Amino acid sequence: MEDIFERVKKIIVDQLDVEEEKVTMEASFIDDLEADSLDVVELVMELEDEFDMEIADDEAEKIQTVGDAVNYINSNQ
Amino acid sequence: MLTDQVALVTGASRGIGREIALELARHGAHVAVNYAGSKEKAESVVQEIESLGRKAIAIQADVKDEQSVKTMVKKVTDTFNRLDILVNNAGITKDNLIMRMKEKDFTDVIDTNLKGVFLCTKAVARTMMKQRSGRIINMASIVGVTGNPGQANYVAAKAGVIGLTKTTAKELASRNILVNAVAPGFITTDMTAVLTDEQKEDMLKLIPLTKLGQPEHIAKVVRFLASDDASYITGQVIHVDGGMVM
Repeated sequence: MEDIFERVKKIIVDQLDVEEEKVTMEASFIDDLEADSLDVVELVMELEDEFDMEIADDEAEKIQTVGDAVNYINSNQ
Repeated sequence: MLTDQVALVTGASRGIGREIALELARHGAHVAVNYAGSKEKAESVVQEIESLGRKAIAIQADVKDEQSVKTMVKKVTDTFNRLDILVNNAGITKDNLIMRMKEKDFTDVIDTNLKGVFLCTKAVARTMMKQRSGRIINMASIVGVTGNPGQANYVAAKAGVIGLTKTTAKELASRNILVNAVAPGFITTDMTAVLTDEQKEDMLKLIPLTKLGQPEHIAKVVRFLASDDASYITGQVIHVDGGMVM
């Protein structure tokens, strides 16, 4: 879980160009990390590549916070 | 020039699509030639492109089928490692007056001509977003602007393509993906060969430039829209119709 969080955090920092400290489990991509909806789509694409998994569109829509992403990856890997 | 860019042209085995595939290749692009049923014709387009010194592959796919489209796009990116230009050209007609048009004739045309554009756009967007560059050029039609008796399905699809073009342009502009439509007028192809001489005569009277269009008239505009010269154009519908609709 910790490892997943670190990998997810690295992608978010790169992709959204935000400071590491802001990337907490509770942080919302749009409200806290200044992503727009297309950024979130791209982020999910990056996560799919990093974790070699396919996230269906209706599942991807539910991923709104860093924690959502980490938990989804953790339970679907 | 489009040197070493990779293009996917749907419905490229004949007509306007064929000419677009060849025109892009003449200007340096490698081309994936999509076809629905005309395998031999697609293969001959591939050979012609290869004789120009570019790479080409023929890919069978039904644009109205999501899985088929995904497989096609994957084959393009697996083969060429990138995808710069998508030309949504595949289209069919099943003309009839509304009072005589069967529901299936309506949905078939919408599925291929409109849903197909959506599916192909969605399938290439991932690659183009990652590249931070891409061009999508959709074949609309001037009848999508004016309406045309006997073509309710086709007109509805082409008007839909224009709306889809503008929306896609807005959604993907921030990723440097430019999306435009070309609206051909009366172009000499298999699709228009079925018209009677009388219908053609009537059509000519409506064309200020007093002649029918050729596939290369369309192909050259597509090539321009795919090039660096068009880097400040997105969300537009370019009429290529001899002045028929102004």
